[in-house]
Amino acid sequence: MKKIYLDHVATNPLHTEALDAMMPYLKEEFGNPLSVYEYGMRAKAAIEGAREQVAGLVNAKPAEIIFTANGAEANNFALRGIALAKQNEGKHVLVSRMEHHSILNSARFLEKNGFAVTYLPVDKKGFVDPDTVKKAITKETVLISVTHASSEVGTIEPIREIVRIAKEKNIIVHTDAVATTGNIPVDVKDLGVDLLSMAAHQFYGPKGAGALYVKQGIRIVPLIYGGIQESGRRAGTENVPAIVGMGKAAELAKAEMAKRTEYLKPLRDRIIDTMAGVERVYLTGDRENRLPAHASFCVEYIEGEAMLLLLAAKGLFSASGSACSSKALKASPVLLSMGISSSLAQGSIVFSLGTMNTSEDVDYLLTEFPAVIKRLREISPYAQGWGDREEGGEECTVKE
Amino acid sequence: MKFVDNVKPDVTTDIVYMMCPMHLLKLEEQVKELEPGQILEIMTDYDGALEDIPAWCKKTGNEFLGMEDSGDFFKFYIKKLAR
Repeated sequence: MKKIYLDHVATNPLHTEALDAMMPYLKEEFGNPLSVYEYGMRAKAAIEGAREQVAGLVNAKPAEIIFTANGAEANNFALRGIALAKQNEGKHVLVSRMEHHSILNSARFLEKNGFAVTYLPVDKKGFVDPDTVKKAITKETVLISVTHASSEVGTIEPIREIVRIAKEKNIIVHTDAVATTGNIPVDVKDLGVDLLSMAAHQFYGPKGAGALYVKQGIRIVPLIYGGIQESGRRAGTENVPAIVGMGKAAELAKAEMAKRTEYLKPLRDRIIDTMAGVERVYLTGDRENRLPAHASFCVEYIEGEAMLLLLAAKGLFSASGSACSSKALKASPVLLSMGISSSLAQGSIVFSLGTMNTSEDVDYLLTEFPAVIKRLREISPYAQGWGDREEGGEECTVKE
Repeated sequence: MKFVDNVKPDVTTDIVYMMCPMHLLKLEEQVKELEPGQILEIMTDYDGALEDIPAWCKKTGNEFLGMEDSGDFFKFYIKKLAR
């Protein structure tokens, strides 16, 4: 049976060139970058090379890149580090309701520790309205964190506009760009953000490496104390092979981005356009301003988990909501924040494409997926009588 | 401790929130870059610097001009001396 991986927002396979770049650092180049003799010096040089490659991907200066273990660490670091650094100026933080748990739970941690947090609403397409940001700002606001794009619904947020509003009040802006970095152009200067999180495995790099961009001149309280790694901002012996792999993947992503997008977008569009023709299947997120390889839907009267299992039995691997809400079998907070009912949100499914996917893979999906929906609806008690209803009742659809 | 104000530094290094031994590492790194007679300003909130920076200056033969307490952090001034 065919095995088709359609869950690239969960993770990507490692690019072979990134693996090749990593291999020496898993074998003979095992030195600790802090060691002053040649083994250490070569490891240190490898990390600094990777720092330049990652900085190049997002148009930052190398010294503005702090390596972390993953995107979640970068997000925790940004939220806690800036809130603590700025607490004498104010103790109010804004985050959107669309955020990943690494932002939302960090915000909850801040709330428990004396900060006030405003959770910004999103509209039915998943956009944060810059006007609501403006209204939520108080004299106490020190930090705004809004994702660059949600991996669950793919909507790309108006970060530039949010930054413009924040800068009128001299407020620091962070964006979680884990879903976008390496997949669409991400330029820290163009966006105007002060901090930006990224993760290597989202652009064909290895797991175990992420980074936080911190604009020169911004003070941040470390999350991990210890040695002098990352200029004292993030202690702990570096994951040299993963960082080297991240650097190589960043270089490749920058060089191949246009080509990858040109290849993936028509495949994605074919999924969206075909599924829009299936009854009571609704696109989630915005049709235009969305990740180039991302197609997400809510399917009425069916549970996402059931679709995943039947699709997996056909060799098609996809996701329902965020990985954690999928495991906890509860409706995705991201979809609920968009005003989608909890019953419809149960039928969430996300297909995210990668460079290894082919047009034939998409053909196969578009044959099997409608068949799975049909089969599940035949046995779904919720589906009984649905044909009598006027409308789907939800407004997240492309069939408006 | 010697307190000063209105010192005009040639180079400023901001290591607020960074812990030991960043104050000594940055001090050494930055002083190395300076010309004799130039002044370095180090901004830090690390208490250990109160003892360590004057001691480092004495040991390395550079001049510790003094410090300023801005409330949230300290500013240390070091003048590089010719060897």
